[in-house]
Amino acid sequence: MDRASRRGLSPRLWLAGGWLLLALLAAIFAPLVAPQDPLAQDLMLERLPPFWLDGAEPGYWLGTDSLGRDLLSRLIFGGRIAFIVAFAAAIAACLVGSTLGLIAGYFGGWADRIISRIVDIWMAFPPVLFAILLVAVLGTGLSSVILAIAIIDWTRFCRVIRAEAMGQSRMDYVENARIAGYGRIGIMLREVLPNVVPSIVALLSLEMGIAVIVEAILSFVNLSISTDDPTWGSIIAEGRLSIHQAWWVLVFPLITLILTVLSFSQFGEALKTRFDPVLR
Amino acid sequence: MLLQRFLIRLLTMLITLFGVAVVVFVVIRVAPGDPIAMMLPPGATDDDIARLRALYGLDKTIVQQFFIWLSGVVRGDFGTSISLRQDVLSLVFNRLPATLELAIVALIMAVALGGTTAVLGARERGTAVEAGIDIASGAALSIPDFLWGLVLILLFGVLVPIFDISGRVSPQLDLPFVTQFYFFESLLRLRFDLTWDLLKHMLMPAVALALPLAAIISQLLKQSLKEVLDLDYVVLARVKGFSETQVILREALKNAALPTLTLVGVQFTFLIGGTVIVERLFSYEGLGNMAIDAVINRDLPLIQGIVLVFALLFVLINLTVDMMYALLNPRLRHG
Repeated sequence: MDRASRRGLSPRLWLAGGWLLLALLAAIFAPLVAPQDPLAQDLMLERLPPFWLDGAEPGYWLGTDSLGRDLLSRLIFGGRIAFIVAFAAAIAACLVGSTLGLIAGYFGGWADRIISRIVDIWMAFPPVLFAILLVAVLGTGLSSVILAIAIIDWTRFCRVIRAEAMGQSRMDYVENARIAGYGRIGIMLREVLPNVVPSIVALLSLEMGIAVIVEAILSFVNLSISTDDPTWGSIIAEGRLSIHQAWWVLVFPLITLILTVLSFSQFGEALKTRFDPVLR
Repeated sequence: MLLQRFLIRLLTMLITLFGVAVVVFVVIRVAPGDPIAMMLPPGATDDDIARLRALYGLDKTIVQQFFIWLSGVVRGDFGTSISLRQDVLSLVFNRLPATLELAIVALIMAVALGGTTAVLGARERGTAVEAGIDIASGAALSIPDFLWGLVLILLFGVLVPIFDISGRVSPQLDLPFVTQFYFFESLLRLRFDLTWDLLKHMLMPAVALALPLAAIISQLLKQSLKEVLDLDYVVLARVKGFSETQVILREALKNAALPTLTLVGVQFTFLIGGTVIVERLFSYEGLGNMAIDAVINRDLPLIQGIVLVFALLFVLINLTVDMMYALLNPRLRHG
């Protein structure tokens, strides 16, 4: 591995960071940057192609859907939901999963046995079906989607952090801290936790990409937030239906999603490599 | 030793399944919205509602309801679907073969693709070929099956329309099948016209499911192959005059495959989990597609049945892989 990628400065990482920053800024300032009202329907403007094709209208850069709504504006506003879900769900899953993982890995014994058994039970659920079921139960809406993803994906953090905490707790420095008279919880928080933080940060980035996908899947099956607000998944669902009449309604949200997911996973990988003391 | 390991695994498997049953039951009973109210026409009286509640056992306490339901499940009685008014178990068994066929075809594709690229990458290690394989498998791994499905629909359903993008089989065809395993049965009956039609429907969802798994197999197997290729016995085979491909296939693969096997087991369960949304995407009439309908219709007995069947499948796969690993690993076999 060359120096640049070890420091996390490879071109790929710059591209990933650039895309995420661009998408995030567009989402934050959506009312200012979106060229049109994302909800405005105009049947005179239905299924306009993107700007380089014949029949395109100025101001509708990526074309319109079957109700004449501007695709670019819908993608920009859909980014708001995607990023809110990505950050909130990933952080919630991380807090629950890392705490339980730390406890299971450091204390071992009964705590570990119970937590590991719960993780096993969770792993026996098909995650997408579990997510759809939870949202159906909790009711559609932004907070339900966030909660559902956190409830399902905490195990990703728990499994990794448990294994790492277990490894750390066998190290000499933990024994030294114990001899020095620190309490068990003090050692866990002050000594073990800082050493597993790099893994937590890397997983967090990966989880954000996963959360974006799960939100898209939920709105694809029409179970995410209210049907009025545009989301990347609901745009994809429309695009899937009108695929033979207006391919752009599927292509652009798909590209947006792929770039976002790839960027989050590139970040996660780079962070993992950067913090890994062996690779460093 | 092996038997003991098997029994312990079997016990943990039962505990896991019991836990799954509890979680599903609790989650579903928390659901707002009365399924009984949805079944009845608007003019129903309170008497009608009470009668139907008693019929479905909804008038008892939650703990009673759970154990009544669980004792039924153990006897193979999963209840009656509220939206389809049919026995849940027969509905599930009707759809399960379609999902299993899809998953197995995807698994075969993933092993073939992942295995081939791993061997190729190990043979051409340090060259542009290996770098290309690394980039391709990195992308295949980072993009989830849902997005691969959409990419494939665009490429081979719209741009170059060579495959069907919806359904399991062309509706106008006359199907002579007695089982629900259409694809496998068409092969056994030598009805290759039907096989081809089924394959045209199945190929894209299967590829979407296979790509992420193929990438994992490729990366891990290539890594273990490269480690094994430096060991003495492999060097000896090379000195004996075997070509590099022969060395890999005859000597190295056998020992490098074991770590990959464990991983394939867990990842295969992820692949089956992925069928839920991929079937939806391709309107493929499998268990996952039915599950999403069941959730949308708030069909509680059907959801419970489907989730339990998926969970049973997952723990059985893990158990099988664990036993295969124990049988194949010489250290565990004699230990």
